[in-house]
Amino acid sequence: MLRRLLANPIVSRLISSVGTLAGVAVVVFIMLRAIPGNQITASYGIEAAALTDEQRAALLSYYGLDKPLGVQFFSWIGNIFRGNLGVSARAHQSVASLTAQSLPVTLELAIWTIILSLAIGVPLGMLSASKPDSPRDAVGQAVGLAGLSIPAFLLGTALVTVLSKYLGFNPNGAGYAYFTKNPLLNMQQMLLPSLVLAFGIAAPIMRTTRTAILEVRSQDFIRTAKAKGISTRRLQIRHVLGNALVPIVTMTGLQFGYLLGGAVVVEQIFSLPGIGRQVLVGIQQKEYAVVQSTVLLIALGFVIVNLLTDLAYRRIDPRVRAQ
Amino acid sequence: MTEIASAPVMGAAPGRTGDRLRLLWHSKTGRVGLALVLILALLALVSALGILPNDPITQNAAIRLQGPSAAHWFGTDQFGRDVFARVAAGVLNSTRIALVAVGFATVVGTLSGVAAGFYRGFSDVAVSGVTNVLFAFPPLLLALALASVFTRTWFTVAVAIAIVYTPIFIRVTRGPVLSLREVEFVSAATATGQRRSAIMFRHVLPNITSILIVQITLSLSWAILTEASLSFLGLSTPPPAPSLGSMIYEARTLVYVAPWTMIAPGVLIVAYVVGLNLLGDGLRDSLDPKNRGTV
Repeated sequence: MLRRLLANPIVSRLISSVGTLAGVAVVVFIMLRAIPGNQITASYGIEAAALTDEQRAALLSYYGLDKPLGVQFFSWIGNIFRGNLGVSARAHQSVASLTAQSLPVTLELAIWTIILSLAIGVPLGMLSASKPDSPRDAVGQAVGLAGLSIPAFLLGTALVTVLSKYLGFNPNGAGYAYFTKNPLLNMQQMLLPSLVLAFGIAAPIMRTTRTAILEVRSQDFIRTAKAKGISTRRLQIRHVLGNALVPIVTMTGLQFGYLLGGAVVVEQIFSLPGIGRQVLVGIQQKEYAVVQSTVLLIALGFVIVNLLTDLAYRRIDPRVRAQ
Repeated sequence: MTEIASAPVMGAAPGRTGDRLRLLWHSKTGRVGLALVLILALLALVSALGILPNDPITQNAAIRLQGPSAAHWFGTDQFGRDVFARVAAGVLNSTRIALVAVGFATVVGTLSGVAAGFYRGFSDVAVSGVTNVLFAFPPLLLALALASVFTRTWFTVAVAIAIVYTPIFIRVTRGPVLSLREVEFVSAATATGQRRSAIMFRHVLPNITSILIVQITLSLSWAILTEASLSFLGLSTPPPAPSLGSMIYEARTLVYVAPWTMIAPGVLIVAYVVGLNLLGDGLRDSLDPKNRGTV
């Protein structure tokens, strides 16, 4: 019974995902403590040197840093299971409430980015694959190459400076507007960062689409379908694109998983208070609780998206469906 | 962000190097890529040798924010430093960080990936576990956390980037080795009584060189982008050492009065990454056994 359960691919994936998360917890915990200084030196700066031994000991005890590392680790993990992600000393807020503010920003940015990347990447890949080595293929490939080669921070900085100077368009200059409070301003603020990110992510999606379509088109079943006299439209959509979807979905899922980790550079340029900036500031301020718990949440998101991608292509792969 | 090289492995035994180079030269993308990479490598070399007329760090307030001229090809920045000398030093900085990072990732990643795929068992479980853990981290955040651990120098930044890219090499090599270990020439080598480590180095490793060469080229371009992003965030080589990313960050406020301060480093980063991507594509085509005999 147990053997059969373990042989189930979904169950074994779930078990290995739990292992991965445990590994992430250990790595982030050790890495943070390897960074020179601690929360006290980060909050007090050079004044930390003026603290008396008693004051230092009191602060260490307040932050729970006086306990052995093993105890610190397991008390952190235990608290997480009780729903307590820790507290940010700098923001005077719990990590859970900080994340409740930053996660929607990152999620919204990730969703817009994926929609735009698919809207750019898939048609471009189809266009390129429709006539390999033709001028239209060259255009598609050139756009893909530009997407892979132009760094987001360069494109973002250039867009912000040019648009604000010549068109006076700088929605991100004002404070961040949440979608629930001011949807119009929020969408304007999301436009440029998601475009910048989408330009980079559309490139691998475009390349994957092109390769997948060319590969599917050379398969025997396409020749058979053509011989049966199926209309070109039906052939392209149902047989070619249908079979090419698996790698496209895998690539999209992978990219979405990465986006959930926050796009630190783009969030920084466009002043978006997302997950990436939360971790960046946490690392700079040595806020152990913030970084540890947020990174673990990011890893959890990544693992869930990967699992869902796996399940999705089990559903859309015509060969698997046929079984 | 990460695209894994997909050059075919089976049957891609190392052919004659001359043929491969000729194939690379015949591919237009490979030629353009190689030319771009060579030009930028030359720029880095010139900077390393210190034979440029201007110093990248010396300040001169009398010539602040001057446009391009015969004396200063790419103009000067807000401290009167020569932008050409600075971008050349920036390219050198990116190049050495990328080379050390990708070199480390290639050696450690390939050995671990090959060992995991070839020996299976515990080593496979351990290596795959570590790979999964590192993949679950957002790459840039992992790099910047690692970069914060050490005193920042170009070398420690390279090590941080190397740790981020090692799992890619593990994944790229492990899969092909898993199928290679079942191939007849490996069974034949085992039957002749060769040691397993000898089979791994003599028979398995040479058969994945094509895929490795492509992966190394593509990884160099990502390493350059990662270093530039880290230095844009102020987390790479500390100032006053020039770095292309930090030059772009500093140019944000100068771009209206001195656009060359942003254009020069921007164009060079893009040219370097385009060059490496094109070279990677060209190598992929020339190492693909399907293209054999086309010279």
